[in-house]
Amino acid sequence: MKNISKSNSKFKLLAALLVVVLLGVFLLAACENTDANEETAQGDTTGETTSLSGKIMIVGSTSVQPLAEKLADEFNKEHPDLRIDIQGVGSTAGVKAANDGTCDIGTASRALKSEEESWGLTENIIALDGIAVVVNPANKVQDLQNEDVLKIFTGEINNWKDLGGEDKEIIVVSREAGSGTRGAFEELMKLEKKVEGKTVSLVVDNALIAEGNGAVLANVAGKESSIGYMSLGMVDESKVKKVKINGVEATVQNIKSQSYPIARPFLMLTKDEPTQETQAFLEFILSNGGQKVVAEDYIPVN
Amino acid sequence: MNKACNSISANISYGTQQKKYRLRNLKEHIAEGLLLLCAFLAVISLLIIATYIFYSGVPIFGKVGFKEIVFGMVWKPLEGSFGIFPMIAASLLATLGSVAFGATVGLMTAVFLAELSPLWLSKIVRPAIELLAGIPSVVYGFFGLIVIVPLIDKYCGGGGNSLLAAIMILGIMILPTIVSISETSLRAVPVEYKEGSLALGASQLQTIFKVTIPAAKSGIAAGIILGMGRAIGETMAVILVIGNTPQLPGSLLDRARTLTSNIAIEMSYAQGLHQEALFATGVVLFVFIMILNIVLTTIFRKAGEEK
Repeated sequence: MKNISKSNSKFKLLAALLVVVLLGVFLLAACENTDANEETAQGDTTGETTSLSGKIMIVGSTSVQPLAEKLADEFNKEHPDLRIDIQGVGSTAGVKAANDGTCDIGTASRALKSEEESWGLTENIIALDGIAVVVNPANKVQDLQNEDVLKIFTGEINNWKDLGGEDKEIIVVSREAGSGTRGAFEELMKLEKKVEGKTVSLVVDNALIAEGNGAVLANVAGKESSIGYMSLGMVDESKVKKVKINGVEATVQNIKSQSYPIARPFLMLTKDEPTQETQAFLEFILSNGGQKVVAEDYIPVN
Repeated sequence: MNKACNSISANISYGTQQKKYRLRNLKEHIAEGLLLLCAFLAVISLLIIATYIFYSGVPIFGKVGFKEIVFGMVWKPLEGSFGIFPMIAASLLATLGSVAFGATVGLMTAVFLAELSPLWLSKIVRPAIELLAGIPSVVYGFFGLIVIVPLIDKYCGGGGNSLLAAIMILGIMILPTIVSISETSLRAVPVEYKEGSLALGASQLQTIFKVTIPAAKSGIAAGIILGMGRAIGETMAVILVIGNTPQLPGSLLDRARTLTSNIAIEMSYAQGLHQEALFATGVVLFVFIMILNIVLTTIFRKAGEEK
């Protein structure tokens, strides 16, 4: 009797220990498993397979994200086993991730800064995108000159009546510091100046800061007297109105012909030797098939 | 022989007993150890988080200067200005404003529920308030952006994204905390207090405001402190309605940016010194919340002693 009860408790204790150990092993195994997967994926790269499998990790600009997703969908039709993960966290983070090697491809919706250029990343320009200046559909103003936009965003003009609109204070909607769209917009519109070697933004201090293209859209759509800027490919014309710049409408044709002044590159960045999957994906993007997808909303590069 | 047998069996059973006890002791120890481990998990997490935030956020105070950061008025992280005073002020104002609103409405609601409400009405009001606590903060923010912001824009102008919008949203968000804790403490007031007061000829409202509420004040204060904690730490709802302009708000209708929204908005884009500045914002928020907690607990401990 005593033996049984003793062995019973012992057994329970052993069982508990076993559970703990097993859990630990499983956890470790799970961690190693992903590593193993990646290894096999990389191992595959040496073999010649027509259909790719494995994983591509893309991290970066929120402006590039919708395009990258479309391209990935198209690419997946040919290679259904290939997993392409796309995260939109911002251009700066994308460049950083490409440099760190925490992703296969980093994306940016602006040209590289001089500091970033020294990191030795391979730049692939996959598309051009215009930045549209948008206002509320109720706004009567249709057309702005370059310097009008400059004056609005620096706060020099702060009422729509000075531009032929209603007597209403202008609400400037801008983006958070570090945003690729903001960086490109400031650079292209000369909304920055160099002070003691630093680039200083001239955007008016009381601008409303919206987090992401979607938030700009929502804010401009919701406020009659607001003005903002956003990726052309993401403008929803049922909610906001694109303003002509110097009489030129923000369209794909006008950006191609370089008559619309506010355009920027979409970059896909790789570091060192890209994997076979990454290489194939980049080649696909720059091929006719990929550029056709680009052309649906953005401006192809060839 | 028989005796010997008995004594042996007694010995054996004594031995079993002892082993049983030892085994039980061992089990107790293991269980205690596990419980201790669980208890330490919270402390360890706190230590790791605090260490990490301070490790990442403190160096910039040396590089840029404590005064330039905490009392600096200009936040232009890409240009080397890391002043977060406007955000400290906005966080404080938003918290105080929402607590002023939430505490008033919350306390009155609690009084109503605890003292006056007929049972059937309590059965509607209480679950409604509890449900309010279950709504995710991003939904509050979205509601604010779609409903409150346009309303403010329409009646007060200025775009609507403002400190006022944040205060209104936060005020509603902290109601459930304040109401449920205040109500519990109001209900815990001994019925003799009320009976005594009523027997002395005080009216019901006099009793509530002169006897019941003072008797329950520590519980009510606890509810308010917890609500305050929620308001100051809230991020998502605030980002959507406050406008996120890093400027000192001059009025309730001005756009502002709180400490939490500063971190959340810029974290994904930040690198280098900018990232450190955001961690420094976290350090300030951390210290700020600790100071708030310590000050409030001391005040209420003193109040408790006086009572």
